[in-house]
Amino acid sequence: MEILVCTKRVPDTSENEIQLNSAGNDIERDDLVYSINEPDNYAVEEALQIVAKVGGRVTVATVGGEDDEEILRREMAMGTQQGVLISDEAFAGSDGKGIATILKAFVERNHYDLILTGVQADDGAAQVGGMLAALLDYPFASLVNSIEVVGSSKLKISREIQGGNREINEIDLPCVLSIQTGINEPRYVGMKGIRQVASVEIPTFGVSELGIDPASVAAGAAKVKRTDYFVPALGKGAEMLEAGRPANIDKLIELLKAEGGLN
Amino acid sequence: MARIFAYIEHQAGVADDSAPELAAAARQIDPVASPTALVTGWGPDVDRVCETLRTSFGEIWKVAHEALAYPNAELVRKALVSVLPHGSVVLVPHDHFGVDLGPGLSIKLNSAYVPDVLAIEKVEGSWLTAVRQEFGGQVSAHVRCDSSSGAVINIRPGAFTPLEGASAAAQVVDKSSEIGALTARRRYLETIAAEAGDVDITKHQVLVSIGRGIQEKDNVAIAQDLADALDAAVSCSRPVVDAKWLPKSRQVGSSGQTVKPKVYMACGISGSFQHLAGIKGNPFIVAINKNPKAPIFQVADVGIVDDILEFLPELTERIRQVSGGKASAARATR
Repeated sequence: MEILVCTKRVPDTSENEIQLNSAGNDIERDDLVYSINEPDNYAVEEALQIVAKVGGRVTVATVGGEDDEEILRREMAMGTQQGVLISDEAFAGSDGKGIATILKAFVERNHYDLILTGVQADDGAAQVGGMLAALLDYPFASLVNSIEVVGSSKLKISREIQGGNREINEIDLPCVLSIQTGINEPRYVGMKGIRQVASVEIPTFGVSELGIDPASVAAGAAKVKRTDYFVPALGKGAEMLEAGRPANIDKLIELLKAEGGLN
Repeated sequence: MARIFAYIEHQAGVADDSAPELAAAARQIDPVASPTALVTGWGPDVDRVCETLRTSFGEIWKVAHEALAYPNAELVRKALVSVLPHGSVVLVPHDHFGVDLGPGLSIKLNSAYVPDVLAIEKVEGSWLTAVRQEFGGQVSAHVRCDSSSGAVINIRPGAFTPLEGASAAAQVVDKSSEIGALTARRRYLETIAAEAGDVDITKHQVLVSIGRGIQEKDNVAIAQDLADALDAAVSCSRPVVDAKWLPKSRQVGSSGQTVKPKVYMACGISGSFQHLAGIKGNPFIVAINKNPKAPIFQVADVGIVDDILEFLPELTERIRQVSGGKASAARATR
């Protein structure tokens, strides 16, 4: 099975306090710790496990710039056969549909039985996989938390729905799936593994290689544009205890007693 | 402004809580709008749902087809594309169904897509300005959307307050004959209910809930010690289940359990909206997190910026001191 996994390099929200820059048009990006978008890493692991069972190849791709090669190498160190950087200045300012349009052009130049994305990235939009599927006219499923290959033309998948219930579906190949975290246990990648792929060539695809009309992507085609970031005024906000740990603990115990948390 | 539609989720003949929220969102887009409810399905349930919507929507479009008995997003999309007029604004709940439907629907309608919207701030002609969140809710963003060729807008559940008061009874229009053949390349087979766990966190008055901040499996014992001292149970957020440190049955959130405790201690939990959606009944929320920007502090009653790995053991120790032998006696019976 030929599998493409679409990935994104994002600021690691578990490692960073996200602050606004002084202009308010972006977050403060200096000193941020970046990593692969966490659900994307689960998607790569899932692709590797499928290929280990039924054979095939895994290609990991990202739409971005030179800095994003870092995550491609990390995912290649997990065992993917190829990393591909889809990059062009003409892609700048693309909205979700623009990114999906770029990926569609890449998919049409290659052949993939299965395309995986993470369920969502740093913008919480959860949109590119579903859009890519619709542009390609492939079937799609979101929030996938298990995959079983059934013969050569279909998969049995489970989707995570409300209350921890699982919706079981059969889906025809080729298809696009967005992968939920927790579907597997992604393998560890050490420095040694990354060093081993440090010199592997990563091909770059741009407007001319993909035959994309620049007017169909980028800022000019975007129907959706983020105008600014802001920090919302807190609702009532928490009463912050700031008297040092021992005093905070005593105050918290007092509050827990008052609220019925401690008898 | 274009005609506004709201996709109604329903189960067993009852409309989802999101239905009146979408009606409220439609009014924020156009104060004089009388939005149209879209109800797809099959059998008597569809008519029951349509009936209950008549006083909160301007019109109800019913699309009944045997293949729509279960809401398979691929088939629902085909049905909607057949019936919706060009340039429609379509509101969809941003949940497990909405993320399946919304992106592809916007492509097939050739309209804009704005996911997970918390508020509509401004409407200038066909330009809508919406509020979203990014980076796990740590910052918000204004997003401008050109709806001149229509828009699919996914609305965050719980973000819009249903409007009071009922309007005149709207008519139900049967659009079923306008849809063509419905065949899917993704076929629904069955729903498997979540497994019951060792501890039923929905039955506890006090929950010590842990998130990514617990850092490793061995540290779960720190939370269990505190829970024992408080006669509470340990629950968690999604990353703890993803890492297999606790079973799925301990997860609080839209894809886990819905809990209604008296006291909820969120320890090392950032507070994503999917997590908060599982906390009902307005409990007293204590948040302990080393990131002062964590969104959990916006919804908590009391907040402490500290490292839970150091704070929780000291808290447990102090509770044991003040509650004397009582807590340790309770532990001995476990």
